Amino acid sequence: MSLLHIFDVAGSAVSAQSLRLNTTASNLANADSVAGDAESAYRARHPVFQAIGQTRDAAAVGVRTLGIVESDAPAPVRHDPDHPLANEQGQVFGANVSPVAELTDMISAQRSYQTNIEVLNTAKTLMLRTLSVGE
Amino acid sequence: MENDKLFGIHAFAARLRADRAGVLASNLANADTPDYKARDIDFSGLMEQVRGERLGLAKTATAHLPVAASGDTGELAYRVPLQPSLDGNTVDAHVEHAEFAENAFHYQSTLSFLDSRIKGLIKALRGE
Repeated sequence: MSLLHIFDVAGSAVSAQSLRLNTTASNLANADSVAGDAESAYRARHPVFQAIGQTRDAAAVGVRTLGIVESDAPAPVRHDPDHPLANEQGQVFGANVSPVAELTDMISAQRSYQTNIEVLNTAKTLMLRTLSVGE
Repeated sequence: MENDKLFGIHAFAARLRADRAGVLASNLANADTPDYKARDIDFSGLMEQVRGERLGLAKTATAHLPVAASGDTGELAYRVPLQPSLDGNTVDAHVEHAEFAENAFHYQSTLSFLDSRIKGLIKALRGE
């Protein structure tokens, strides 16, 4: 294994974290979306991460996104008979997004993204220094 | 090995440092992966092992096991978490970050040793 593998590992982490930021963005964007029934209401989505090739002696372990799961928390119901989407009982269904949880998730993703970019930078510096040994 | 005479322990140390950088980068990459267990290379243990090899462990009986080949990163150890998290992940980003920075620094100092060795050799060859 060489320093080159670090680019793959940190690169996989950067793309995973940017996907996490994307889901956070769509969750926050749809925090106020409403629907006429509970099934079509927006549900908060989150990525599921998994380590790639985590064996006992594997030194380089990247990360990938297994998939995106939707939160099964109940959609908040609001009584609003004047709403164009309201059902017969005059109810509308909001998104089950928790803005506080999304914001903390966003900060966590941002920190991880920064860390991995720093790892990339350090690996690059080390490789450049290795190339100039003996010059 | 001829290389060993030229570069001493530094060639092995540089390889071990590069491998360790990879392991620590994997830990940082998986800081948010559920059930991922942080791992590390036992650097000082492996260096001791190589030093013992260089001094030459004598095999006085046929039943003696050979010392592991140098350059082998050996078994990766699992880090003992300071604060276990609910999702089974044992990566502490701050610890890994500090270890990664320290490892990069040591890698660079090993490179300077190699660099000055090569420069000395070139000087000797030129006879300046």
